[in-house]
Order: sequence, then C-alpha cells, then structure tokens
Amino acid sequence: MTKPTEKLELFEVFVRSKRGLDHKHVGSLHAEDHEQALEYARDCYTRRSEGVSLWVVKSSDICASQEDDADCFYDPNDDKPYRHATYYVLPDPVNNM
Amino acid sequence: MTPEEQNFMRKIEAEEKIEPKDWMPEAYRKNLIRQISQHAHSEVIGMQPEGNWITRAPSLRRKAVLLSKVQDEAGHGLYLYSAAETLGISRSEMIEQLQSGKAKYSSIFNYPTLTWADVAAIGWLVDGAAIVNQVSLQRTSYGPYSRGMIRICKEESFHQRQGYEAMLALAKGSPEQKAMAQDALNRFYWPALMMFGPHDSESAHSQKSMEWKIKRETNDDLRQKFIDQTVKQIEVLGLEHPDKNLKWNEERGHYDSSDLDWDEFWSVINGNGHCNRQRIEHHIAAHDEGEWVRDAIAAYNEKKRAKKAQNAA
Ligand SMILES: [Fe+2]
Ligand SMILES: [Fe+2]
Ligand SMILES: [Fe+2]
Repeated sequence: MTKPTEKLELFEVFVRSKRGLDHKHVGSLHAEDHEQALEYARDCYTRRSEGVSLWVVKSSDICASQEDDADCFYDPNDDKPYRHATYYVLPDPVNNM
Repeated sequence: MTPEEQNFMRKIEAEEKIEPKDWMPEAYRKNLIRQISQHAHSEVIGMQPEGNWITRAPSLRRKAVLLSKVQDEAGHGLYLYSAAETLGISRSEMIEQLQSGKAKYSSIFNYPTLTWADVAAIGWLVDGAAIVNQVSLQRTSYGPYSRGMIRICKEESFHQRQGYEAMLALAKGSPEQKAMAQDALNRFYWPALMMFGPHDSESAHSQKSMEWKIKRETNDDLRQKFIDQTVKQIEVLGLEHPDKNLKWNEERGHYDSSDLDWDEFWSVINGNGHCNRQRIEHHIAAHDEGEWVRDAIAAYNEKKRAKKAQNAA
C-alpha cells in the first residue's frame, strides 16, 4: 500500500542557479525523506539545467513571520529614511561617491 | 597536484565560487579565516570610536543617524563572523583570538576621535576606504564571503554619504568649524590610506591571496583608487589637501602622492597606537559585562524546553 501524498512530508525546494549566487526558493514537493526529496526536486525543478545545487528543507522546519502583522513587525524601521543613501543630498560633482 | 587540488584550481581559474562543503586546501581555509575574522573584528571594534560620540552628536538628527550607522557595523560584524563560521571556526574561538591579540583588526580604529569632525571624517574617509576594498572583495572566490560583501556594500553607501554631509556642514560653517574639519582631515587622511595595508612588496599574505582570488586587487592599486577619488571630494569641501606632493600624472592617468609613514603603520599594528589597549580592554569589559545576558538567554531557553517537554508528555 502506498501512502497518499499528503501523508508524506512536505519539503520546500531551493535552487542555486549559478555558483556564487544565493539559493532561491522555487517551490515545494512531497517526499518520504530528505534523500527522496532531493531526487524529486532534481526531476521537478532542474530538468533544464536550472541549477548547480539544491537545498530541501522540511516545510515544518520553517518558521515564518506573519504577513498580516507586517505593518507592526517592520514598524520600527519605517520612520528611518536616513538609513538610505539617497536621503543625503550632496553637491553634483561628488554625488556619485 | 592531487585530483582534488586540480578541481579546486579549475574552479578558481573559471571564476567559480568555492562553497563551504567543497574541498579546499588547508592553507586557503586558514588564509580565509584570518582575513574574514580580521574583517569581522574591524567592524566590531570600529563601533568604539564612533559609539563614543552618539550621546554628544550635535543634533537629534545626527544622533539618530550615527546610532543607525553603528548599528549597521554590528550587523556587518555578524555577517562576517557567520561567513567565517562556515569554515569551521567557532565564534568564541574568534573572540578569544581578538581579545588575546592573536587576531588583528584594522589599525585605523586605534586612532582617537577627538572632535565631532573626526566622526564626520570617519564616515567619509574610513568608510570610503572600506568601500573601495569591499567592492573589490565582492568578487572574492569564497561564496559566503562574496555574498556577505555584496550585502555590506549596499549598506555602506549611507555611511560614507552621511559622513561627507556632516563634513560639508562643518566646512561651510564658522571659521572654527572649518578649522575643525581641516584638522580632522589632516589627521584621518593618512591612516585611511594605511587601511589598504603595506606596499604589495611587503605584504606577507598578498601573493597567495591573489593567486587564490581571495583578494582581487593589490593593496597599492586599491589605495591609488581611493587617492584619486578623494581629490575632488576635498576640493568640493573647500579644504586644503593634506598631501602637498599630490600631482596629476598624465602618463599614468593617476595622482602621484607622498609615500606613507610606514614606521607609524607598523608601530600601530604592533600595538603602540593611541588606543590599542583601550579598544581591547573595552571589548573584554563589554563581553564580561554581557555575561549575565548570555546566561539569561540560556536559562530562558532551558525553561522553554522543559515546558515544551512537559506539554508534550
Ligand atoms: Fe561596515
Ligand atoms: Fe567594513
Ligand atoms: Fe560602515
């Protein structure tokens, strides 16, 4: 008897498209374990040489911030425009320092 | 060469990044740990000369800006310690090496910040010099270091611009303010040039680092870049250039300049700068005084774990 897919563990898949770049989230899939998830991810997400490296992470291991709370979560940073380089107006001849 | 070494060198030559789980020569790993941890220590120790001025910055706006900048530097330290940790050294080992004097940090932070203009000069010149170096290091061969540099460079631009803006306010201010700006420029210009390290011919780690593409440009080339870009900036401030031998060289397409006081350079590196002892003593004191915070975190985590186990049972 095979397990229905939803009984399998859910994994998030991250692909590094080129050496030196960050891994980027591309999607998810169900698998029995990490090894199987890696193989499925290869077959699912990198059929056209999209990547040189794959990460699979159990979705249940990801702790995410709540987007609904984004306003108050990021609030402490919203009133600090002086953290941006563009906030400082400099004379033209040196403006691209 | 072993097949592993061959494969490693092939990646380096093809401009591919080396990642933490890749095979790498032991000397490459060591060299990287030395450079990245030294860089991390510089970010952290660098908070002291500026942090010293947060409560005394001349306006609420300048206080908020300086506080933000110093906070960024703590973040840079964290990115870099994390990058070094991917090479198999622990945070506490690195801190221990800093505190025992085994690991170095940038000598520039052993100069005192005597006036508010010094803080402006640091943002403009010291962060400016750091940017020249860090832009080049975005292309370093070690992946985590390279990605850390890209993130840091994005944040640095504000540091340099706020410094220049503060400098401009002083340079265009009262005669006393202008004199203060000139004095800060005169004192910080030379140590800022020394940040690029000794001449290439004297640099112990340079050759191997270049071969392995840990470093992408030589100390002298980076220094020249900084000298060239700073000329216009000094002119716009209306201040006098501290280097009386500065002269445009048409043939080279660069400015010629005075040689640096290398005796001073080595003396500060070897521990005899104005603030070497104070910087490390302060770091040790802050670390020790923070012990109860680390203990409290550990106790809280333990309590949380126990509670979870109880709920699960
Ligand atoms: Fe920094
Ligand atoms: Fe830096
Ligand atoms: Fe900075």
